[in-house]
Amino acid sequence: MEKFTTLTGVAAPLPLMNIDTDMIIPKQFLKTIKRTGLGANLFDEMRFERDGTENADFVLNKPAYRNAEILVAGDNFGCGSSREHAPWALLDFGIRCVISTSFADIFYNNCFKNGILPIVLPQEEVDKLMDDAQRGSNAVMTVDLESQTITGPDGGSISFEVDAFKKHCLLNGLDDIGLTIENAAGSIDAYEAKVANERPWI
Amino acid sequence: MTTPRTLYDKIWDAHVAHEAEDGTCHLYIDRHLVHEVTSPQAFEGLRMAGRPVRAPEKTVAVPDHNVPTDPTRLQGIKDEQSRIQIEALRQNAKDFGIEIYDIDDNRQGIVHIVGPEQGWTQPGMTIVCGDSHTATHGAFGALAHGIGTSEVEHVLATQTLIQKKAKNMLVEVEGELAPGVTAKDITLSIIGKTGTAGGTGHVIEYRGSAIRALSMEGRMTVCNMAIEGGARAGLIAPDEKTFEYVKGRPHAPKGGQWEMALEWWKTLFSDDGAHFDKIVKLDAAEIAPVVTWGTSPEDVLPITATVPAPEDFAGGKVDAARRSLDYMGLTPGQKLSDIEIDTVFIGSCTNGRIEDLREVAKIMEGRKVKDGLRAMIVPGSGLVRLQAEKEGIAQKLQEAGFEWRMAGCSMCLGMNPDQLAPGERCASTSNRNFEGRQGYKGRTHLMSPGMAAAAAITGRLTDVRELM
Repeated sequence: MEKFTTLTGVAAPLPLMNIDTDMIIPKQFLKTIKRTGLGANLFDEMRFERDGTENADFVLNKPAYRNAEILVAGDNFGCGSSREHAPWALLDFGIRCVISTSFADIFYNNCFKNGILPIVLPQEEVDKLMDDAQRGSNAVMTVDLESQTITGPDGGSISFEVDAFKKHCLLNGLDDIGLTIENAAGSIDAYEAKVANERPWI
Repeated sequence: MTTPRTLYDKIWDAHVAHEAEDGTCHLYIDRHLVHEVTSPQAFEGLRMAGRPVRAPEKTVAVPDHNVPTDPTRLQGIKDEQSRIQIEALRQNAKDFGIEIYDIDDNRQGIVHIVGPEQGWTQPGMTIVCGDSHTATHGAFGALAHGIGTSEVEHVLATQTLIQKKAKNMLVEVEGELAPGVTAKDITLSIIGKTGTAGGTGHVIEYRGSAIRALSMEGRMTVCNMAIEGGARAGLIAPDEKTFEYVKGRPHAPKGGQWEMALEWWKTLFSDDGAHFDKIVKLDAAEIAPVVTWGTSPEDVLPITATVPAPEDFAGGKVDAARRSLDYMGLTPGQKLSDIEIDTVFIGSCTNGRIEDLREVAKIMEGRKVKDGLRAMIVPGSGLVRLQAEKEGIAQKLQEAGFEWRMAGCSMCLGMNPDQLAPGERCASTSNRNFEGRQGYKGRTHLMSPGMAAAAAITGRLTDVRELM
């Protein structure tokens, strides 16, 4: 997993609530057996017409936002299915950070497994960043994970919360499985032995 | 005196294998269900790292999302990508020593129908699957939830999941349901009340006399849609109905172990005085047969209501409702029961069980699917299909004008050939009415199997009570 330390990039506004995983990456693109290549179809049904031409009104098709690395979105972003193809598609497009008032649980977890930072902020702060994000190519923000701050185009700074363990893994690009084997393998062995005795039918 | 614990607390406590100083836990996973869409990258990760599956005997694989429901699928799957994913699952199951119910096996079906049917699902277990509707298994008092592919790989490798404990939410439904009102109406009405983010960060326990009165099938329908309310898991405390359902199934405990299991299962309920962070109450008698009008499962209203206007809402929901109405092609003030449909879909992990098909057969008795409608029934598993054939339901429904399909996820998510055409409107017993969910520009109205049958007869959204 790629480390996430600081990110400076254009933030695209997506002021729509309940953006679900079917919108982020429609089901016809889930038939891949790879993690890469999904960026071309990120937000497919909003981004493209059926004949494959771009929908000029969609934010990521506007010249200023084509290289956006941050999304500022409405409430309950990522609701719906557990498909990790959603964060894979965001990452493949180049989005490394999503800011909203709330995220669906499974999507939120999936982001951290892929080097994407989802940031939860109160409504008024998301509103402020949404306004900032409307400034086109001037909508440049800096997200600093170490200091847990977002600096907007005007230089004002907003701080955010993040789970300490998740932060540690993102900052260092750590693979969960390797960490588990290193830190918890003994406990898992012991647990299995205990349960084999107490609940042998499992 | 020990602190009173919720059902969730008890299952959680029994499964913490490792706890770090900051409260991050490794939760031991008793059963891992695997399907073809969210697992290939996980197995690939194991191969690249040279890791085995830690507990293949606790893991089961079944293809469901992608499989065509046309009987010709046994002669080969035409869509190349789907075929590759299903072949990959078959190969991965073989290479890693995992049991698989393949597409030519009667036990194949939607993973959340197969798990309970085969007795893999048992009270007090932790169950995961790379699918958000894993919440279904909570009907047995099992802590069950959907996970992403990285987590699938983590569970395959370590049989644990890294978790922080969620909050406890109680949804209490007291009283008796009116005739024509079902588990689907309960679960949709709950989401209508709490919103799709109402359960975020929580595990929901469903309780109350109306929940107790439900069959296991009905309880699975309720828990299935916990995720649509934002909760990763829904739970119902096990009782005699649960034990009766599990007993004798192929993977259920046997002999002395059955007695041992039963003794533990009977301790699985929330203690008096246990703390819930959030409580929602519904009066069962006030729940009506409902349908959804918009593109979020929270957009739910009694069938007797009219289409709302965007201005009826507040905040971001005003724009969301406007967008939904535009997508759905509906006008505020229009009666829901005047909305004409093109297609009826009966199936999915929400409503693809034998009881659902019986309900449809009851409403269809002596009636026909309206001319010109496409109406399909997709049993949730090969065994549900066989059971319906044995009971004579399959034949009756085919005579009434329904297509009778092979088991799979089918039109619930349109990853397979079963899809809506643009603009096509569907009365569906599935779980999501998102934009494009059942096919590009397809329009989905969620409802119970009885309501879907009623719509099949009249060709419009219809109050099932008029046909009872």
